[in-house]
Amino acid sequence: MGAGLAYAVLKLPAEAPGLSKTVADNIDMSGVDNPVTAVVVNFRGYDTLLEMAVLLLALLVVWSLGSEPQRRELAPGEVLVYLTGLLVPLLILVAGYLLWVGAVAPGGAFQAGSVLAAAGLLLVLSGWRFGARFSGLSLRITVVGGLAVFVLAGLAMMLHGGRFLEYPIAYAGALILVIEAAATLSIGLILVALFLGGRPSPDQSPGSRPESRAEK
Amino acid sequence: MEKMILLWSFDALLGITLVWLAWLTLSRDLFKSIVLFITFGLVLALTWVRLEAPDVALAEAAIGAGITGALLLGALARLESTPADGSDPAREKASLETVVPPGGTTPRQAQRRDRNVE
Repeated sequence: MGAGLAYAVLKLPAEAPGLSKTVADNIDMSGVDNPVTAVVVNFRGYDTLLEMAVLLLALLVVWSLGSEPQRRELAPGEVLVYLTGLLVPLLILVAGYLLWVGAVAPGGAFQAGSVLAAAGLLLVLSGWRFGARFSGLSLRITVVGGLAVFVLAGLAMMLHGGRFLEYPIAYAGALILVIEAAATLSIGLILVALFLGGRPSPDQSPGSRPESRAEK
Repeated sequence: MEKMILLWSFDALLGITLVWLAWLTLSRDLFKSIVLFITFGLVLALTWVRLEAPDVALAEAAIGAGITGALLLGALARLESTPADGSDPAREKASLETVVPPGGTTPRQAQRRDRNVE
């Protein structure tokens, strides 16, 4: 099998045929300068739309399996609490940067969203939970927001006289930024909610620390 | 020329490390597997950088290694805190000890755990 693999690799054409030339030729129509973002959100927007839907569906399935499990937790150490306070603002800043820079350089909604989720995971590990105020409608709206904005943008284009997800060149950059911003928030929140694993129970007080402090 | 040789040997090292890590990840110790999976993801991210695909590298490091690793660790903690027969104290110590399922063990959970131990 190794020999077959080596043979196949050696037989590969030096210049792989692909669509990169087509993308490079049409990049001016996309509203962004980064070819990856152009493909992911503009030229091949359907795909990303469906990815968002898959992520949302995964969360709905996890939520439908039951409410958030009771956790027996260790009290977070001082180092974790201190570093969380230091890192979370930094991570939020990085997420915002990745989202913004996605238009011209590597970055974008999924990367920014997962950095945001990393900040969320740090918060979760140091004892923060979706409080009663946030586990209701506002959580649901944010989780659905990415997909909803994407679909609405697509439909608005249809009303505008174009086809679904066909952005007019003049607004394409701004539209992509709005779609990606909503997607970033949704992705970050969905990933954190997936980690928590279960419908957030509304009876927890906002930002409550774990009370049972088991020693390891 | 020297730079070429350096880059080639770095690429070779990356390739070998990837395959080696992938092999090691098929370990019987689930905690070890997950840690190696995260390591694998980070090395894979480096590989994507070498393949001049920084977008994929970012996604791999953040989603493939980071978030998936955290999800797997969470799932493992949930599995391990499920009381089942033949529990191994060494493995229990390795768990993150964060999750207690609401309803104890279901037969299916125990079965799944046993399958994973084997």
